[in-house]
Amino acid sequence: MFKRILIIFINRNREFYRDKSGFGWNILFPFFVIVGFSLIFSQDSRKEYKVGVINSGNIRNEISVQYEEFRKTKFVEFIEFESRETGINRLLHHRIDLLIEPSEGRYWKSSSSPKSFMTEKLLISSSEKIKTGFVPETVTGREIPYVEWLFPGVLAMNMMFSALFGVGYSVVRDRKNGVLKRFSVTPLTPFEFLTAQILSRMFVILLTTGTVYLACILIYGFENRGSYLSLLIIFMLGSFSMVSLALIIASRSSSEEFAGGILNLLSWPMMLLSEVWFSMEGARPWVIKFAKLLPLSHITSGIRQIMNDGASLYDIRSQILALSVMSIIFLSAGSVLFRWQKTD
Amino acid sequence: MEPVLEIRNLRKSFPGVKAVDGISFSIEAGTCFGLLGPNGAGKTTTIEIIEGILNEDSGTILYKGENRGKRFKAEAGIQFQSTRLPEYLTVFETLKTYRGLYPGKTDIDWIIEVCRLEEILNRDNRKISGGQKQRLLLAIALTNNPELIILDEPTTGLDPQARRHLWEIVTGIKNSGKTIILTTHYMEEAERLCDKIAIMDYGKIIDIDTPNSLLMKYGKGATIYIRTEDPEKYRNILSCQYFIVENGIEFRTDFLNLCIQQLAASEADLTGMTVRTPNLEDVFLKLTGHTLRA
Repeated sequence: MFKRILIIFINRNREFYRDKSGFGWNILFPFFVIVGFSLIFSQDSRKEYKVGVINSGNIRNEISVQYEEFRKTKFVEFIEFESRETGINRLLHHRIDLLIEPSEGRYWKSSSSPKSFMTEKLLISSSEKIKTGFVPETVTGREIPYVEWLFPGVLAMNMMFSALFGVGYSVVRDRKNGVLKRFSVTPLTPFEFLTAQILSRMFVILLTTGTVYLACILIYGFENRGSYLSLLIIFMLGSFSMVSLALIIASRSSSEEFAGGILNLLSWPMMLLSEVWFSMEGARPWVIKFAKLLPLSHITSGIRQIMNDGASLYDIRSQILALSVMSIIFLSAGSVLFRWQKTD
Repeated sequence: MEPVLEIRNLRKSFPGVKAVDGISFSIEAGTCFGLLGPNGAGKTTTIEIIEGILNEDSGTILYKGENRGKRFKAEAGIQFQSTRLPEYLTVFETLKTYRGLYPGKTDIDWIIEVCRLEEILNRDNRKISGGQKQRLLLAIALTNNPELIILDEPTTGLDPQARRHLWEIVTGIKNSGKTIILTTHYMEEAERLCDKIAIMDYGKIIDIDTPNSLLMKYGKGATIYIRTEDPEKYRNILSCQYFIVENGIEFRTDFLNLCIQQLAASEADLTGMTVRTPNLEDVFLKLTGHTLRA
């Protein structure tokens, strides 16, 4: 039995690394995301609001003071336009949040845009000396840069795509082509085949995730505040749960189009709701509850807590428990549903 | 002697069609058994039921006197009509992969030699020709030192040279004492390779016998062909059944001597005349009323 598992395991790994495009993509995609976001979200370039400026010469004195103050506002990007018409057009299409014409002392806002509303408040307050009862304080301790917060999410997301498409898609393709039919008349059992698929993909995921992790640590100096053993365990459990989920999709279908649709249907909500890109803080309760049903949420938060906060395995026991239960359910369902041949 | 495989009253239906309709046969050890029939006759369905790919609706299949189980999987070597192989593997790796899945193993060098794979061993299995692929699939079917080899239309789609090449290999395997089941719609293939033939049509077996016995039973008479541009001139010379064919005329007769005498007595030009005794193609035509590739 172990020999047959090993044979299929080796074959799948060969298929993976000899498929140069797939292999490269698995390594490069998460790396590109990190590089891209580190550029986009570096502090100097992180501009939340965009203000269009027209006719900025010959500004009256009383306007000039306020305009100069406004231009010093953090997180606001100023874009010059040659004509009022162009600026208004950009505002109407939400390409900018506010349009000002300092020489005339006028500005235009979009009544339907929340960002336009906020930018207007920034403009109005830029010349006011506000006295309030509030006392400003600064948070102490090491702030986690956005890219470092994002990094665990990108690793988890790559894990998800690699598992879902790497296993789900390839098993469906092999069923469609008749590769599985040929295996079905050998002594290879479904259990041996599925075990080999799981082990092979886990190996691939750990290899690629480890490579991306090392590259980012070396280039960006990201810090892992927790233990590497904890990180390895959550990586393994996360990839196991995702591969198990993929096996459900791969269990019967022989249509790559259908499988592709289902894989997208699963991966997109997970990508959007599992805090890969942004926090779900303040989202509606039912959305948060729904997100808890997604394995990617637990993988992301587990990795993030270990890397960002130095959490131990005990600290992330709820994620470990959730992922374990999900893995068992997915794997059981995938095994029961699995067929060597086309059923549709 | 107990047959290697015994089929009793096997039935299988798909919506709107009886693919296999109560067939029975048995295969003796060391023989090559041919299932012969046109496309849609039920050959592949029968074979896939035997292989375990499809479930039968009813009937019994016994391998060495027992129901098929792990032993059958371990001892049967199977070549499908068409198979895709795991991608990104060389021919040698493909062979090793399948060989590794079985408890019993054939010497890999012997397989390579018999199936003439030496020159393509390191080639990607997706980059070999049709004939080479069929030889590889046959080699895979031999990796477990099988007692029973099932070949489903192994030469379909091959050019005549590649087909003959494969026949030589199968003959060699047969001579080594293996039991073979072969499906085909090539008469020449069945005549050359099979010890016994079951003629199938519409899910039923019309007759089972050795090729010679089938010819003796159904292949009486002869066909006289005269190549001519004016077949009308010849048709009244003989009183037997005739067919105007391309570039000539054909007569079917059970009284060859008499016909030859009548033709010789006539003043017709017999320069383009040939006489052919029936082959399995004619037997099939007689039994089913249509040609094999209809």
